Amino acid sequence: MAQTVLHSAASRGGADHGWLKSYHTFSFASYYNPERVNFGALRVLNDDSVAGGRGFGEHPHDNMEIISIPLSGSLEHKDSMGNIGTIEPGEIQVMSAGTGIYHTEYNKNKDEVVKFLQIWVFPNKRNVEPRYDQVKIGAPEKPNSLVQILSPNPEDAGVWIHQDAWFNLGKLEKGSEVDYVFQRKGNGAYIFILEGEAEVHGQTLSARDGFGIWDTENFVIKASSDTEFLIMDVPMEF
Amino acid sequence: MMDNLTEILVVGTQEDILQTVLRLLNSQPSWHAEGVSGCEEAISKCKSQSYQVLLLGGGLTDMEEERLKTEIKIIQPGIHIIPHYGGGSGLLYAEIYLALGTDNKKSGL
Repeated sequence: MAQTVLHSAASRGGADHGWLKSYHTFSFASYYNPERVNFGALRVLNDDSVAGGRGFGEHPHDNMEIISIPLSGSLEHKDSMGNIGTIEPGEIQVMSAGTGIYHTEYNKNKDEVVKFLQIWVFPNKRNVEPRYDQVKIGAPEKPNSLVQILSPNPEDAGVWIHQDAWFNLGKLEKGSEVDYVFQRKGNGAYIFILEGEAEVHGQTLSARDGFGIWDTENFVIKASSDTEFLIMDVPMEF
Repeated sequence: MMDNLTEILVVGTQEDILQTVLRLLNSQPSWHAEGVSGCEEAISKCKSQSYQVLLLGGGLTDMEEERLKTEIKIIQPGIHIIPHYGGGSGLLYAEIYLALGTDNKKSGL
């Protein structure tokens, strides 16, 4: 029987540093809730807004798969491996921090807020060689369907990470639905609503609500309005 | 060393990241953290001082992590040995709170 967990948008933690406003679905930095630490291998889901021209100065990371998905504006990345890149909506960036990496992240525009999701997934192996990549997200094959943006497989659609995880973006018109089948036994899915309203397993979800479901082989997402969402299919044990 | 401080030992081979982690831990008034870069130093430290938490930072091999878990548990059976992920501020505090069984929520706002 399916098990579920609801994290409403209003229940998230957060931080307001003026130039940075961040909502944390799971415990992060100074926000700590022992009941909200992770969903399986999904450890961080931050909903960030960075003021024009501002950003995160050089800082280190290790042993984490770090995924950034811009929602509006442009985010500039530079790292200690010599990578320089800018990502915009329609793109996804991944960094396997592994043995250690330094990077900066800045809002490329001075007059526009950049909004993006930063997602951290526990790696399935510690101390891997650091790597960086960014790709354009493909168009859906048909209306009201999913687009895979992340997997464990380098030859597969989207970026890849060191974990048995699959991410899909969905865009549904009101009244339509999609049946999601888990990619791997033992995985659960965390659905994060970006826009609009949807119903999953009898639960109505609004923008920025999060909903986890596991111990089932599939589930249906029904659009209560035009809606956009992200499905993060991750191992529950890792 | 002050009384009632939570003593934390961090092991990590990347000196810059180790220093960042130590700075973040020592910014908390009730924690005191020291860092070492390898197994021998960590084991030696644990023979001479009591720690509540051993944080396994980046750069250690699987064998080194296993060695630390095994040998330091013999020296200090009550110590919490946990892997650190992320290399900075994001997960650090929650990792320590969880290891210590801290139930108090912190809003972050």
